[in-house]
Amino acid sequence: MPIQYYIILSMVIFCIGIAGVLTRRNTIIIFMCIELMLNAVNLLLVAFSKMHYAASLNAPNHATVGSEGQLFVFFIMVVAAAEVSVGLAIIVMMFRNTHSVDANFLNRLKN
Amino acid sequence: MKTLLAIIVLLPFCGFLLNGLFRKHGTYKSVARLACTTILSSFIASAIVFGMLSQGTTAETVKYFDFINTDSIKIPFAFQIDHLSAMFLLIITGIGFLIHLYSSAYMKDEEPQHYARYFAYLNLFIFSMLLLVLGANYIIMFIGWEGVGLCSYLLIGFWFKNDNFNYAAKKAFIMNRIGDLGFLLAIFWLIARLGNANYADVFANVHNLSQTDITAITLLLFVGAMGKSAQIPLYTWLPDAMAGPTPVSALIHAATMVTAGIYMIARSNVLYSAAEFTQHIVAIVGLTTALFSATIAIKQNDIKKVLAYSTVSQLGYMFLGLGVGAYTGAVFHVMTHAFFKALLFLGAGSVIHAMHHEQDIRKMGGLKKYLPITHITFLLGCIAISGIPPFSGFFSKDEILAAAYEKNPVYWGLGVAGAAMTAFYMFRLYATTFLGKFRGTHDQEHHLHESPAAMTIPLIVLAVLSVIGGFVGVPEVLGGKHLLGEYLSTVIIPEPHHALAHNTEYMLMGISVAVATIAILFAVSHYSKKPQLEDATGLGKVLENKWYVDELYNTIIVNPLNALGGFFKNIVEKSGIDGFVNGIGRFVNYLSRQIRLVQSGQVGGYILMMVVSVVIILFIWIHDGEIYKFLVTKLF
Repeated sequence: MPIQYYIILSMVIFCIGIAGVLTRRNTIIIFMCIELMLNAVNLLLVAFSKMHYAASLNAPNHATVGSEGQLFVFFIMVVAAAEVSVGLAIIVMMFRNTHSVDANFLNRLKN
Repeated sequence: MKTLLAIIVLLPFCGFLLNGLFRKHGTYKSVARLACTTILSSFIASAIVFGMLSQGTTAETVKYFDFINTDSIKIPFAFQIDHLSAMFLLIITGIGFLIHLYSSAYMKDEEPQHYARYFAYLNLFIFSMLLLVLGANYIIMFIGWEGVGLCSYLLIGFWFKNDNFNYAAKKAFIMNRIGDLGFLLAIFWLIARLGNANYADVFANVHNLSQTDITAITLLLFVGAMGKSAQIPLYTWLPDAMAGPTPVSALIHAATMVTAGIYMIARSNVLYSAAEFTQHIVAIVGLTTALFSATIAIKQNDIKKVLAYSTVSQLGYMFLGLGVGAYTGAVFHVMTHAFFKALLFLGAGSVIHAMHHEQDIRKMGGLKKYLPITHITFLLGCIAISGIPPFSGFFSKDEILAAAYEKNPVYWGLGVAGAAMTAFYMFRLYATTFLGKFRGTHDQEHHLHESPAAMTIPLIVLAVLSVIGGFVGVPEVLGGKHLLGEYLSTVIIPEPHHALAHNTEYMLMGISVAVATIAILFAVSHYSKKPQLEDATGLGKVLENKWYVDELYNTIIVNPLNALGGFFKNIVEKSGIDGFVNGIGRFVNYLSRQIRLVQSGQVGGYILMMVVSVVIILFIWIHDGEIYKFLVTKLF
């Protein structure tokens, strides 16, 4: 499968993520959209990694080519997991305090 | 010698600091004692220095530290002690001490803290003047020069609650600044041409200067002297300086301040002797001032104003002496003038004290029997200033006049006319004040009393000095020796020997003495009997109003400047500069109000901005080469 498909797919997912973050007011949905963006990047990393691996099949020591991209994906997943734990905790606290998960309800960054 | 000089200068300064800083804690006694002691010690030290120099110690320059030290210019903080400065040291500290002593009684009416402030200023005044005469280069002299200007401002405006006095103080300061500018330019000129301003170096290199340079420098120095020593056209501050307490007037007129200009020119005699044109100017300005202010003094009715114009006139004589090359004569006259003018001012102070701050001589008269000591000493001062032998004024004035005759008989003729006027107005003052009948109120008459000893002792000392002070410079023709001339011969190039025949000299003396005597007799007979001075009319009125010089200055200088100032204030400042500055302020204000709207508090908005910015940054980052090319080709 050509790499373009992957690129277009992950761009679409990433843009959906951005659009979701920008337009939605529900904190949980915003949170999910952030995850979406992270995973779009992950997808791209894995796709490029496979592409490089395939391109270097005939090279002498090709066994490790492209593995850095996949390693990076693990890092991102770990960070994302940490972020989820913190983010969900924030949302829980927010709900406890305001009985709502509306982001605009908390526009206290002003003043 | 190094320590001795430092002591002379620093003692008054310590007095200033102590009295000034602890003015709220001192008592009358402690303050006066401190101030007088410092000056007295300074005087004793000066006398020691003077004695050492007469015993044959050579003049020397002592350096304390580098005042300015750069690659191209080095100004040491150094004192030069030679016969000229030693003599001035004696005059300043000696007369200064007497005035301090006198003030301690005269100023008793003030509150303690103002009393201390007064003495602090007085000490600072002496300190500045000592710095001025001791400095070994023009820069140090300039420090002292500015110092006396400041102190005169502070002391003239001592009673700062009276606005008129403040104006007088400001006037003195501004007039002096005009002169100072000339002095400063002269210093710059010297440094530009010679690389430094040390007396020794400057005088040794006079022949390296072009004639134009010398003339310009001496003229500029003379402008400085005009301001400080109150010559036409910068003399108007001195009569106004009468606003200060009377002992201050004595100090300014006798020991400090106005003699600075004479000292400076006498010190620079090497330069002046090389600039013939300047000498003419100095002589003419001096003579004009002498005559001009003498005419004004004739019709003044304020006891202090008469003395003030008399000082201006006597300073004119000194400049005449400097202009005709009689430097020793000028310095001699500074000395004798210091004696009798301090005496006259302190005597006037004693009169004013007795009259409860009445200064109008029309309300005095017949004070002879109430103030015997003041009367006698004042009379001696008047005789001395009128130039009657063998009082001190005769010798010094005669020396100047003889030198003037040698240069140009017209100078001499006008000088004698001035001397006659001097004798006339001094005895008019004396006769209206001390002779005749008392013209004041009964209340005043009842309170008339002789001043306390602290005031009469300085009077007596000064009177003695005024009488005998002239004998240090008896001219050769009278069979005397000019001790002062010999003493100063190391500093001042001895003038070419008097070429006048003895007969001529006798005749000159005879004429000036005769004229002065006639003027005195006329004044005494005319004014001692008069019950009331009539109002002046015609020329007398013009003289009483000082030739309307103040009004003239107001019209041609002060008012146009005020108008210009008003124009700048209302038009340029208010609508121009203020408009511009406020406009910038308003613009920034407006802009920030607009930008403030961006901070809405909506998280979504922030993220949107972040995304948009990231996109823009990425775009620029990827395409930076093309953008650069685009900019270069399209814009330039």
